Amino acid sequence: MSWEDFKYKEIIHRCFRCGYCKFPVNWMDVNNCPPYARFRMETYSCGGRLWLTRAWLDERIEWTEHLAEILYSCTTCKNCVVKCPLGFNIDIVNMITAARSEMVESGKLPTDVKKILENTELYGNPYGLSRSKRDNWAMGMEIETYSDQEYLLFVGCAGSYDTRAMQSIQALGRILKNAEVSFGILGSKENCDGNEIKMLGESGLFEMLVQNNIALFIKHKVRKIITLSPHAYNAIKNYYPAYGGEFQVFHYTQILRDIMMDGRSDFVHKDKIRITYHDPCFLGRWNDEYDAPRTILKNIPGVQFVEMEKNRNSALCCGGGGGNFIMDILGGSKDSPARRRVREAFDKKANVIAVSCPKCLIMLEDAVKEEDMDNMISVRDISEIFLDALECNTRTCNK
Amino acid sequence: MDSIYKSLVDIVDKEHVSNRPEELFIYSFDLGTAEPRRPDYVVSPATTEQIQEIVRLANRENIPIVPLGAGLSLAGLAVPQKGGIILDLKRMDRIIEVNENARYALIECGVSQGQLTAYLEKNFPRLTHSEPGAPPAATIVGNIVIHGQGDLAQPYGFNSDLINGLEVVLPTGEICRFGSCAVDAGWFTYHPLPDVGLFFGWCGTTGIVTKMSIRLFPAKPIRGVGTFVVDNESLVPEIIGKLTYTQMTEDIIAFSRAIPPFAAGLQHITINIAADSEKELEFKQEIIFDDTLGEYIRRGEGGFLGFTRGLERPQISKTSDYKKGGGFEYVGGIMPVETYSQCYRKGREISERHSIPYTVTGRIIGAGHSMMFAWTYAFNRADTESIKQARDALHETDDLVMELGGVIWKPGIYGQKIIIERLDPGTRLLMKQVRKLLDPNGIMNPGNWEGF
Repeated sequence: MSWEDFKYKEIIHRCFRCGYCKFPVNWMDVNNCPPYARFRMETYSCGGRLWLTRAWLDERIEWTEHLAEILYSCTTCKNCVVKCPLGFNIDIVNMITAARSEMVESGKLPTDVKKILENTELYGNPYGLSRSKRDNWAMGMEIETYSDQEYLLFVGCAGSYDTRAMQSIQALGRILKNAEVSFGILGSKENCDGNEIKMLGESGLFEMLVQNNIALFIKHKVRKIITLSPHAYNAIKNYYPAYGGEFQVFHYTQILRDIMMDGRSDFVHKDKIRITYHDPCFLGRWNDEYDAPRTILKNIPGVQFVEMEKNRNSALCCGGGGGNFIMDILGGSKDSPARRRVREAFDKKANVIAVSCPKCLIMLEDAVKEEDMDNMISVRDISEIFLDALECNTRTCNK
Repeated sequence: MDSIYKSLVDIVDKEHVSNRPEELFIYSFDLGTAEPRRPDYVVSPATTEQIQEIVRLANRENIPIVPLGAGLSLAGLAVPQKGGIILDLKRMDRIIEVNENARYALIECGVSQGQLTAYLEKNFPRLTHSEPGAPPAATIVGNIVIHGQGDLAQPYGFNSDLINGLEVVLPTGEICRFGSCAVDAGWFTYHPLPDVGLFFGWCGTTGIVTKMSIRLFPAKPIRGVGTFVVDNESLVPEIIGKLTYTQMTEDIIAFSRAIPPFAAGLQHITINIAADSEKELEFKQEIIFDDTLGEYIRRGEGGFLGFTRGLERPQISKTSDYKKGGGFEYVGGIMPVETYSQCYRKGREISERHSIPYTVTGRIIGAGHSMMFAWTYAFNRADTESIKQARDALHETDDLVMELGGVIWKPGIYGQKIIIERLDPGTRLLMKQVRKLLDPNGIMNPGNWEGF
């Protein structure tokens, strides 16, 4: 692709680099763009990336590994989209992913990005682990394989392979069973949802994944899908329809909220616990779902819910989006967004940071350890908090 | 390895020092029309002590230093004219102290307008600072060292008049403090010690301000904006005189612009009013809009467009996107208010000559003592001819400011040159000597304020 063919050629120069994109909604600091918060160099700001993209594509600067790192440090969190007041704001992240696409096409990629793409193509997951291990998390849980149940539970790659994220999908599985939700899983047939692949700029692989998944869902007569990950939720909800994949898709917190509000679960009253909630970007800013997780947390007996200073569409990203939960370009510093986020929760005297995304779970839990706060604050998925509070938890559903 | 690079890494750390092409590219640009110039290094220090060490290194190596806040002056003041080290100061962003009784805030040089506004609204809602119309990312110190003005300029003057003290790293690396803090008496006043005000308006050529105490003012719970409009620009100075006489307003801004076309030629005057109660608001509105401006309405010379409650702080500007080109720059002139109609007419002529929709704005400073009159020129960043047109218009406007008896605010290189040509010989000599005395090796932002 040449500069002439760049889809956003007519708008990319419109970024003034005024810096609105660095702020949360209430203007309290300039650290709401994760890469800028981490490195505090203008190159890592949203405007810096756009100016560099334009300069690279019109050949004023050359490709370097550092340029690639700058472009891939964007977590696609959409804070810039929310904050930029100008008419082209809707396309800011699209411009970055389009530039990444050019890097993919020319083969000029950071090693970690290459590895993620290769692994996903070969194994259907970014970790490069065997497909046959995809349903190991469900061993002994008597979770049914999908076969015309009401819902397909789409586990996603993190829930399937990451040992910490597995705990959240296991909790979710138990809750759904306890509430007698009709659901099944695809097990080793499940494949990557493609969201991160799209964000990394590999549109060809993304399309292949989407088409394969749609074919698989149609073959199994899937109509309704529950996702553990907001990333999968985003992909299936927003991208699959363009390829003929029309499914009713729910993030699991929407289902748990309904279970709770319908009175299908009994809760025990436990000791008071002070919980804050971290909005995942792909549930919040990308899909405007801020209330379902909060409704759940606020209605669990004993929970004292407290908002962090930056919440809802001002939430600071954990730093894991756009493939960064594997590449970890933003890690290794007290300024890493995940560590900043943990400190923001600690400032509110929260005992628990509740999350509703397996990537946020992994990123923030690692950050708690790096901050040496293991004894002061914990990171828990809403599914785990929900399960803990269930009256049945002391009896059958925790088996 | 490059020895200067290695020394900078030793002083700061590897992640906040760069000599890579990407950083050198981004930091070579101003956001206005100034030609880019590549720095050799970009450094983002975290402490005053690091700045001292960098300055000493620069003296040893005889390499320029260019201090940078948010880079939003739009006049090219932080473009490294002769290369060297760009010192990005935004990491030094602590709000160190707010004294509610003495009404001041002590801040580091990288604190942004948005950050302080949000901090005060949350923690000290009865206090406010004079916030300029710049984007919220603009740094407070950056605005003050260029003699910026804010939305309290009408009652209180330039933002650089509203300081209680400062800490500066001199071009030779020593730390100096000015104001009561110099005698370890806190940061509550700039006076009455001998005046050594050498750091405002100098475009970073005399030192690097690292801390500053700025004055805060009562933030009334009810704030809003009234808009009055006239079609005869020659009435504006008289109206401003009457409004400032009431001593009941905060910000007063007169503006006119080509877009939307139906309003071209009209002069809008926005008047900020603050009050503690509905009764006070009603009283002020009556005095300002009925008693003071009513006569113009009765004579059919003006109209009241209404009063909107609430102030947008920080202000959101979309000026850069007027031409969907991502660029604008303005010349600000500190002008006598009586020149308003000439500023408007001649500014409009310049814009039309360069095929740029005109936008002119005058913010009143003090009780009508002066106004900052801005002539704004939008351009398309992707079109070199459009950039040239804007640059030509800006230079013509620099000349216009001086012709009309004003002084160019935050002049770029061209503006500095025409000011120096007109400088009183004694002043010119003193400025030359001050620079030489403070910066014997000429390392501080060279290219600016030169040729005395």
